Amino acid sequence: MSKEIALELKNITKSFGRVVANRNVNLTVYKNEILSLLGENGSGKTTLMNMISGIYFPDEGEIFVDGKPAVISSPKDAFGYGIGMIHQHFKLVDTFTAAQNIILGIKNEKYNIKLVNSRVREIAEKYGFDIDPKKKIHEMSVSEKQTVEIIKVLYRGANILILDEPTAVLTPQEIEKLFAILRKMRDDGKSIIIITHKLNEVMEISDRVSILRKGEYIGTVNTCETTEKQLTEMMVGKQIELKIDRVKVESTKPLLEIRDLVIRSDDGSKAIKNVSFYIRGGEILGVAGITGCGQKELCEAIAGLRKVESGFIMHKGESIVGMPPKLIIEKGISMSFIPEDRLGMGLAPSFSITDNMMLKTYGEGKTPFVNRQAAREKAQALIEKLEIATPSTETPVRRLSGGNVQKVLVGREIDANPNVIVTAYPVRGLDINSAYAIYDILNEQKSKGVGILFVGEDLDVMLALCDKILVLCHGEVMGIVHAAKVTKDQLGLMMTGAVNLTELQKEKNFGIAKDSNLTETEWLNAANEQNGGAENEN
Amino acid sequence: MKTEKVKNDPLFHVSKNDNLPRWKAMLIRAGAVLVALVICGIMSVILIKENPFKIYGTMITGAFIDIWTLLKDIAVLLMFGLAVIPAFKMKFWNMGANGQVLIGCLCAIACMKFLAGKVPNVVLIILMVVTSIAASVIWAVIPAIFKAFFGTNETLFTLMMNYIAIGIVAYFSFSWSDGSGTIGLVNYIGSKNYMAGWFPNIGNKYVMIILIALLVDAFMFVYMKYTKHGFETALVGESVNTAKYVGINVKKVIIRTLILSGVICGIMGAMFAGSLEHTVNTSICGSKGFTAILVAWLANFDPLMMLFTTFFVVFLQTGAENVSTVFQLKSTDYSNIVVGIIFFCIIGCEFFIRYKIMPSQRLKDILSGKKTRSAEKKEEA
Ligand SMILES: Nc1ncnc2c1ncn2[C@@H]1O[C@H](COP(=O)(O)OP(=O)(O)OP(=O)(O)O)[C@@H](O)[C@H]1O
Ligand SMILES: [Mg+2]
Repeated sequence: MSKEIALELKNITKSFGRVVANRNVNLTVYKNEILSLLGENGSGKTTLMNMISGIYFPDEGEIFVDGKPAVISSPKDAFGYGIGMIHQHFKLVDTFTAAQNIILGIKNEKYNIKLVNSRVREIAEKYGFDIDPKKKIHEMSVSEKQTVEIIKVLYRGANILILDEPTAVLTPQEIEKLFAILRKMRDDGKSIIIITHKLNEVMEISDRVSILRKGEYIGTVNTCETTEKQLTEMMVGKQIELKIDRVKVESTKPLLEIRDLVIRSDDGSKAIKNVSFYIRGGEILGVAGITGCGQKELCEAIAGLRKVESGFIMHKGESIVGMPPKLIIEKGISMSFIPEDRLGMGLAPSFSITDNMMLKTYGEGKTPFVNRQAAREKAQALIEKLEIATPSTETPVRRLSGGNVQKVLVGREIDANPNVIVTAYPVRGLDINSAYAIYDILNEQKSKGVGILFVGEDLDVMLALCDKILVLCHGEVMGIVHAAKVTKDQLGLMMTGAVNLTELQKEKNFGIAKDSNLTETEWLNAANEQNGGAENEN
Repeated sequence: MKTEKVKNDPLFHVSKNDNLPRWKAMLIRAGAVLVALVICGIMSVILIKENPFKIYGTMITGAFIDIWTLLKDIAVLLMFGLAVIPAFKMKFWNMGANGQVLIGCLCAIACMKFLAGKVPNVVLIILMVVTSIAASVIWAVIPAIFKAFFGTNETLFTLMMNYIAIGIVAYFSFSWSDGSGTIGLVNYIGSKNYMAGWFPNIGNKYVMIILIALLVDAFMFVYMKYTKHGFETALVGESVNTAKYVGINVKKVIIRTLILSGVICGIMGAMFAGSLEHTVNTSICGSKGFTAILVAWLANFDPLMMLFTTFFVVFLQTGAENVSTVFQLKSTDYSNIVVGIIFFCIIGCEFFIRYKIMPSQRLKDILSGKKTRSAEKKEEA
């Protein structure tokens, strides 16, 4: 089968000041194919795609669309050439409906909402999207928002679609659905470029893989003729061995004990319902569950960022419910929640890496002044340890690539010498080398006796890394199992609520430590206090 | 086959550029001033038929005729600027420096008016400073409280507070004028206590405000760059969510920062009353509270840079006023035009600092006399 070239890049170079993000990159995309773009964090993938979609303009080199030279100096130009990009950070108007967002900014488009709605439905039907054109964006889940972004691009008649890490924010089920849609689009003659760090996804979805390393084009291979190992080597430039160990550590008394916890979500419904569990020092407790099962609210409550409706969070026998976040940080509880929008919580985008390092510790010391020198040294150490790609410690975080931004965040949390680490999706958007570096760090902390709550999405990783796994479904505990004694399928069934182990073990005092830091009477007193307090309020 | 409409490629590409070296940025700004001067030159030939070089000469000499006044004007504008930058750094758009200074000044004048001769001068001066600061702080903190607790829009709020302050000052400056006819003058010249509450002169009347402005400038530089408070302020401006996440009490920071703004305004108000004007009226601040915003932005909220931007702005205004006098123009309109053009160019050139403009292939082709691609396309069609 002779293949038609849809898009060709020749000798593209782009630099930001002294940083060369792309150097002489060549890339060919055919019609009817899905091309994966692979590379470590900061290797220039996003930059390259931004040049095709008109966000940046190349310093040198040429772009050909359908064999003809193309000048793309704005996203509008890109649409003119049939190119559309779905960015990592969605660009939608929250208070508008899906349909309104889709036609926003199209010139000469008559605002005939009926017509738009029916066209949107037509596109949705053709490729198998689930979408309600009348639904408002702020009522949508992440995956629905992504659907809107994709349809927005299709509506404008794109033939070349670029997706920048679309799977980083999706659940496995949602990923399956997305892939089915992408395949349909490919069979319809479209070209798709997809960026992802998960090699299994690369193997599953793409026809060919192009690899970038440190801004340079390394090569392209056919997916059916390659292995994950070969791809990793091309990406990293040397042979590496990747494995996750489950370090055996003598676990200590419970550090964090949670009993009968009830937390409400933003819309007032119960996000966590009567949850009890505990984390010991030297133990990694995984939390598995589909998006929206309450993990976010749980993390926020532990960090003091969300009100606890009722129940207890005891840290070393002391209640931290109602404590201000600052005090909780001082107690040595570190929370890093990697949100869908990475820069949203935990980092200050225009601050330097140094300043971001001291976000939680700037208050230390008795003088009114911040200790920037110490932070700079920590930043330097972190850059070396996690191989963060940056010109200097003084570079604003906003200028780093997505994955490197995240290394700063996770690195800082661990650097703070906590005794409890709550971390959600710490490897979201990290290349595999860095992801394994993070697992190593977590293990290192575990060996030091730190208790770790690890909210994850990749069940394979959780099975290999965690000691125990707690499964949540709709805010309820479905069971706490030993990672060595459970299978992926069992976890899957529990996540959807099909199996509930707590029912079977009810009499065994589920989620309650035998060697609690508090005696039974102390727990009772605490309970009485809480109830009494509630009565007094009424 | 699709019939393609032949669209010309653009001549330039504009792209964001946020790592331009400092010296290049300065060069662009210098270039902007040059362009402005050329435009102003042409304007002066057309409008007042004078040799532009003579005019520029007059501007420069004019600005420096009275060095002390020039320095005083710089110091006063600097104080206004310093009052707004901590809030601006926090993305709290304080438009109310004028009102905050006015109300402080009014309170200091009230002390002069009602306590003159009744308490020793030192006590009077202390009282003036304290009440002025207190009043300014209240004026600054009210919008801050509303912003912190109810999320009200601070731009409108502070702006409205200006009008309230002006109204109050207008009322009292008239009703306290002792029948001397000069609206605003409180202890009128010749009366027994008319110098009560005047701050002592160091050298001359202007040295004190200049020293104070320099001190406050140094303080603000250190405060914003090296202190924990400054760090918190900047963080709240950067991301409220992140600030909450690291345990910062955002409400407290907003209010604290506006107290600082108020204190600086209060000092300025007391200086107007006790040292510079000895009176209060609605036009005492002129448009300084707003010019200060320009000065703060141009300096990128950096107190050290602001030394230069205030100098530049005051220098221009004074110089241009002198042109009107020397060339006996009927009004200051011409000098306003000159200042306007220069400001326009300076602010406009920020575009060229923040964005990179590159010639496109088509422009290169045109310049080298080659056939352009769109021309080729046209031929094809
Ligand atoms: N606006 C910018 N200003 C300065 N440097 C930038 C800018 N955008 C990207 N860079 C730099 O260019 C390099 C490539 O960044 P890019 O975002 O393309 O990486 P990436 O391959 O998408 O990485 P990731 O997998 O982490 O998302 C990085 O070193 C980054 O620091
Ligand atoms: Mg990227």
